[in-house]
Amino acid sequence: MALLALGLVACEPEFDNSVKDNDGFYSNGSADFSTYVALGNSLTAGFADNALYIQGQKNSYPNILATQFKHVGGGEFTQPLMNDNLGGLLLNGNQIQGTRLILELGEDGAPSPVNIPGNPTTDITNTLSGPFNNMGVPGAKSFHLVAPGYGNVAGVATGQANPYFARFRSSKDATVLEDALTQNPTFFSLWIGNNDVLSFATSGGVGVDRTGDSTLPENYGGNDITNPQVFAQVFSSQVEVLTESASGGVVLNIPNVTDTPFFNRVPYNPITPAALEGQLETLNATYAQLNQAFAFLQVPERSIQFSATGASGVVVRDESLADISAQLTQVLIGAGLDAQTATIYGMQYGQARQSNSSDLILLTSSSVIGEVNTARVQELMALGVPQATAGQLAVNGVTYPLEDQYVLISEEQEMVAQATATFNATIKSVAEANDLAFVDANALLAQLANGGVVYDGGMVTAEFATGGAFSLDGIHLTPRGYAIMANKIIEAVNSQYNATVPRVNVGDYNGSPSIGSGIQ
Amino acid sequence: MLLFCAAATYAGGYRVSTQGQRALAMGHAGVAVVNSAELAFFNPAGLVYLENKLNISAGVTGVISNVKWQNETTGGFAKTDSGVSTPFYLYASYRLSEQLALGLSIYTPYGSNVEWPTDWKGSHLINNIDLQAIYIQPLISYKIADNLSVGGGPIFVTGSVNFNRNLNRTLTNEEGDRSNVEVDASGVNSWGWSASAMYTPIENLRIGVNYRSEIILEAEDGDATFRNVPNSPLAPVSNGVVAFDAELPMPAELTIGASYTYNKWLFAFDYNRAFWGVYESLDIDFAPDNIPTSVNPRNYKDASTYRFGVQYSALSNLDVRVGYYFDESPVQSGYFAPETPRNDSHGFTTGFSYQISKSVAIDASFAYLKFKEVKESYDHYQENGQEVTFGGTYKSNAFLPGLGVTVKL
Repeated sequence: MALLALGLVACEPEFDNSVKDNDGFYSNGSADFSTYVALGNSLTAGFADNALYIQGQKNSYPNILATQFKHVGGGEFTQPLMNDNLGGLLLNGNQIQGTRLILELGEDGAPSPVNIPGNPTTDITNTLSGPFNNMGVPGAKSFHLVAPGYGNVAGVATGQANPYFARFRSSKDATVLEDALTQNPTFFSLWIGNNDVLSFATSGGVGVDRTGDSTLPENYGGNDITNPQVFAQVFSSQVEVLTESASGGVVLNIPNVTDTPFFNRVPYNPITPAALEGQLETLNATYAQLNQAFAFLQVPERSIQFSATGASGVVVRDESLADISAQLTQVLIGAGLDAQTATIYGMQYGQARQSNSSDLILLTSSSVIGEVNTARVQELMALGVPQATAGQLAVNGVTYPLEDQYVLISEEQEMVAQATATFNATIKSVAEANDLAFVDANALLAQLANGGVVYDGGMVTAEFATGGAFSLDGIHLTPRGYAIMANKIIEAVNSQYNATVPRVNVGDYNGSPSIGSGIQ
Repeated sequence: MLLFCAAATYAGGYRVSTQGQRALAMGHAGVAVVNSAELAFFNPAGLVYLENKLNISAGVTGVISNVKWQNETTGGFAKTDSGVSTPFYLYASYRLSEQLALGLSIYTPYGSNVEWPTDWKGSHLINNIDLQAIYIQPLISYKIADNLSVGGGPIFVTGSVNFNRNLNRTLTNEEGDRSNVEVDASGVNSWGWSASAMYTPIENLRIGVNYRSEIILEAEDGDATFRNVPNSPLAPVSNGVVAFDAELPMPAELTIGASYTYNKWLFAFDYNRAFWGVYESLDIDFAPDNIPTSVNPRNYKDASTYRFGVQYSALSNLDVRVGYYFDESPVQSGYFAPETPRNDSHGFTTGFSYQISKSVAIDASFAYLKFKEVKESYDHYQENGQEVTFGGTYKSNAFLPGLGVTVKL
């Protein structure tokens, strides 16, 4: 009977039409998915929670796509997996990138993102042997994909090279594009250009807008906006060489940074009367003196006042304002303030104003606003200010203006928006000229930010931590966000190549904030 | 020792109809067939009609069941790897007088053994289940009149269940391993009863009726083990073991049937009604107040089975049998949970008995269960207060080779 039983185990039920054997369900259309190579930056690599880590990589949109491509002739898809699920990087044993973010209850009982405890184990000097289908390199800008030496570990410390690419480049002089092309991709995806504007925006606009500037890209600062002409030239030449061997490909455009929680999580008016805890009147009395001086100097729009009933803006330093430190000091002395205090006030508020609805306060400020700036306390004490007074004058965003890196003012937003629009026009026209599938990632993120995307478990929105689309860094997506992107790509690919690649179920991908530190 | 377990995916819910090789070869019809100690299960009232003083029947069935799932929209697919389960039976009767016989039966009418690939797409509903229940029943069979007898007795049930599913569709620990819970309870005991009657209006015709009561297995203080939950006060639960209470019904079953003998032929028909309506919801109540009760609506309906069998005495020492049954699923549309992925089935059965000596016969049976391919879903899984559907196309089959022995002294 045992033998009989064993024989019968093989008698499996068979579907009339099997998905596994693809009995006519799915078609590759006119595309050949056998060797799919993905090029791009952190979004392509599967970056999430401000780090690259194995779970994030497994949920990268290229990996999701490759799984679905297997139904229509797609081959194996390899990724340069990190060494652990902590994230973070080592260079010869020294940590150069922090671990991923998790949501943890703070001392006040409110959840906030913190780095997961632990020591990274991914040393970038341990070069992996490729090639890898996922050529997403976190931090890469458009021109980096064709920059020789971008993966040379010797250049990492000086910022000439990329630590992530150093891990998996084929040789230290190889470019990202070369390593992609040697695989003879039959199908490619290219999502590049985000960092060409994003690094400027996330740095609060501390870089330079290179639009119309003839500076060579290799001489750009890390936070500069790439000259759109440079982008257009680089992007179209990349697509050109990729389409030489590939049967097809898909390109994605660049979202507006303002659609991400990094730029809209913190409101422009985050100061509540409760947060000022009874100091409101003293503060307003002090600022009243300053406001009189502003009025005298005919800049009443710089007045600062905290509302007793509603939310108020933070005090920011706006570098686009004329610096009136000297005049301000004089006027304050004239009004009877002692010279030392007047000098300090003049320095501190010479370019200060209160934030308004045209400002974007960056996510990085949320752990800073309302906190005492210890560096500033030291500076003030060095000027002879008593410690108690120095402390009162060094509260970020309340008494001490938030620095440029935390605020994207409207002029800076305009530069970002302008560059993004120009880049996107290029991407669309290159896609059309080469008959490539095109994904309007910009529209998708706008939809997430304004309403949301429906899935079988509810709605995915761009709300920070709880919305389901964005990971805890406020810029990179969750697995669920990447799955939505993957479906959008599949839709575009199916339409362009007359294919029927199956979609994924978005609800199967995690949209909850990362939790769990391993310490309890 | 007897190894036992049982597989579902046939015979309605987690009912496993393999309570006698002779009956199973005839479509598991036997409420009106006087043949062997198998009557101890099918109709104890008939035991008193057995010719010999001591009758023993024992057997075991190998159940090989397979289920496949696929989803055309996403391209997902999976199949169960449930191995071979072996429900068994042991019946004995002893006739004290012309009017009275006593008996004992041990059998396994309910069970389930379904193993999906861990972390498959439906893992928030089930990874695997192993449900076992052993019925032990002392019996009495009494002849009221020459053509009418009654029988029955109390039933003691001892059962166990082991069930594992992922906590939800996405939660993992720090290493990306899916958070899951395993509920385990054994030595769950309960009582029930059965009663039956047999009537012989004319010489060649028998009519039987048998009723087995509903028995609710109440697991109290079972162990629920949470694993791979991220260590965080923000996690819904913590890793470790907590107690739980749950109950699972073994529904009542009514059988009415008739048999007719003609020369070397025996024809049998049974109608089963299983009162599955009692299975409304599988609720797992975890002891800590902060862990919400897991509510899993089942909403089964009462279901019928129609069984037909024929026996032909080919030789003086060889009986051959063939049968068919139609088994209606108690699972309603929209409640198609992959833990008992059941739709209506057709059972085709055959078998024989070979008398190797005056007192000992070997009984063999073989059943093949055929299920139609079915597009179904379970629509009552809750996520964030919203019902989330899990569905696709299911296709199942099952093979049941069985071997037994009948002893008459």
